[in-house]
Amino acid sequence: MERLSTAVSLAGVELKNPVMTCSGTFGSGMEYGEFVDLNRLGAVVTKGVANVPWEGNPTPRITEVYGGILNAIGLQNPGLDLFCQRDIPFLKQYDTKIVVNVCGRTVRDYCEAVERLGEQPVDLLEINISCPNVKHGGIAFGQDPAAAEEITREIKKYAKQPVIVKLSPNVTDIAQMAQAVEAAGADAVSLINTITGMKIDIHRRRFALANKTGGMSGPAVKPIAVRMVYQVAQAVNIPVVGMGGIATAEDALEFILAGATAVAVGTANFYNPRATEEVAQGIEDYMRQYHVSDIRELIGAVESL
Amino acid sequence: MAGKFKEKATIVYQSRIAADIYSMWLQTERIAAQAVPGQFVSLYCNDASRLLPRPISICEINPRSGMLRLVYRVAGKGTEEFASMHPGDTLDILGPLGNGFPLDRAEGKRSMLIGGGIGLPPMVELCRQLPGEKTVVAGFRSERFLMEDFEALAARTAVATEDGSFGTKGTVLDAIREQGLEADIIYACGPTPMLRAVKEYAAEKGAECWLSMEERMGCGIGACLACVCQSKEIDGHSRVHNKRVCKEGPVFEAGEVEL
Repeated sequence: MERLSTAVSLAGVELKNPVMTCSGTFGSGMEYGEFVDLNRLGAVVTKGVANVPWEGNPTPRITEVYGGILNAIGLQNPGLDLFCQRDIPFLKQYDTKIVVNVCGRTVRDYCEAVERLGEQPVDLLEINISCPNVKHGGIAFGQDPAAAEEITREIKKYAKQPVIVKLSPNVTDIAQMAQAVEAAGADAVSLINTITGMKIDIHRRRFALANKTGGMSGPAVKPIAVRMVYQVAQAVNIPVVGMGGIATAEDALEFILAGATAVAVGTANFYNPRATEEVAQGIEDYMRQYHVSDIRELIGAVESL
Repeated sequence: MAGKFKEKATIVYQSRIAADIYSMWLQTERIAAQAVPGQFVSLYCNDASRLLPRPISICEINPRSGMLRLVYRVAGKGTEEFASMHPGDTLDILGPLGNGFPLDRAEGKRSMLIGGGIGLPPMVELCRQLPGEKTVVAGFRSERFLMEDFEALAARTAVATEDGSFGTKGTVLDAIREQGLEADIIYACGPTPMLRAVKEYAAEKGAECWLSMEERMGCGIGACLACVCQSKEIDGHSRVHNKRVCKEGPVFEAGEVEL
């Protein structure tokens, strides 16, 4: 059998394969460890964590739409103290890279969290400037190129690990956002975060979510995400992590061909707890089928008709 | 520690037992072998446009035959899909999920099992496995279901209907007061206003009280943090006051949750 090389380099960190998890859909891996071998994943991206615990939004926090879901969890998280004590040591038991997703309400919050994580055995940081479900912070930094550039520049002053900036699709020109954070020193970008949506229960004449709006994810958003990953990969020189509706290896390969160096599985975890491992396996099967010995040959390899 | 399994389950039998209420027996070996009263399972739709699992309480457990009984209400497209399925059809199922009712607390005590509407099904297996003397109080809008199961398992049953078509007219609390029912320990599952009233009643009587909660769920295994309820104590996961219904629950000691 041919030897397959599935390893990719993400901002100087080598992942054994390009399969990661989407922040917020996988906890810190504890719950999914019952269903998948975490050693099989390129990296686990944790749920967003802030310098202090956050309560999140009132319920209902989740609802279903055609081919997707809307969520408005509101970044409930235990804060860094417990996270560093419990979640990082848990992940350290596995042979996978650790990416910590960082959220905050102010630039200072982000910088404090990033600085504290500098002393932790964490491989990469993912900066969430794109959560549509919180009133302060989150997407406020992710919809204006100047604000995104400024917060990235500040964070880079404190970060010891490479920084991935997670971008929002709720913008007119996502390539411009990517260029702004690249100019500020971002080591990689990840996209897409969820698309802002709304659902109304016509029988009760109420919003389906207590937050009124939520972030849409799932297979229905995939074509939008593939398009945006392609546009961003064309526009920047830093690596791109692609996500948005990935449920199978075929989905993941579309993103890689569009220019993603790594990919992340999110909503699919909710309906198939084994999705991450199946995607990793399916990518290898595809490589064998098409005699691709090194996955890096596929990154951005899509051709015009 | 007991595990969770994702299996392909086969429908053995399904029938409609009241308006919009269906009773389904599923062959699901590993889950049936592990499940305890008060736990639930996640059912996945075969229609791929419907992503989220439907959490459904376990009504009966038969580990010897490897079967579970689920009694559910048709509340939307997903449950409509389940209701249209026939013996031999298969669906994906994840479970057993959640903590279940504490059984040993009832040892040597008089217990009262209170179920409102679609909160009633988990009381069937609880009634079978709970030690001691048991009274079942069931509340319905109008049409009754599962009462023949309870009559075979409980020392006493009482019914309340909102429209007064059977038993006490009103709520389960009206039935309890009208019939002068008493208990040392209460287990309840049903709509939030009912749980609130039961919690108050138990506090007033000094009875121990366990409530099974419901909330919109995502993953069903404690990762997504969608189905939280407000807890009195700081929770272990996020150090706020949000316990996960799917993980720390669905059964909580009444004093632990804010309703």
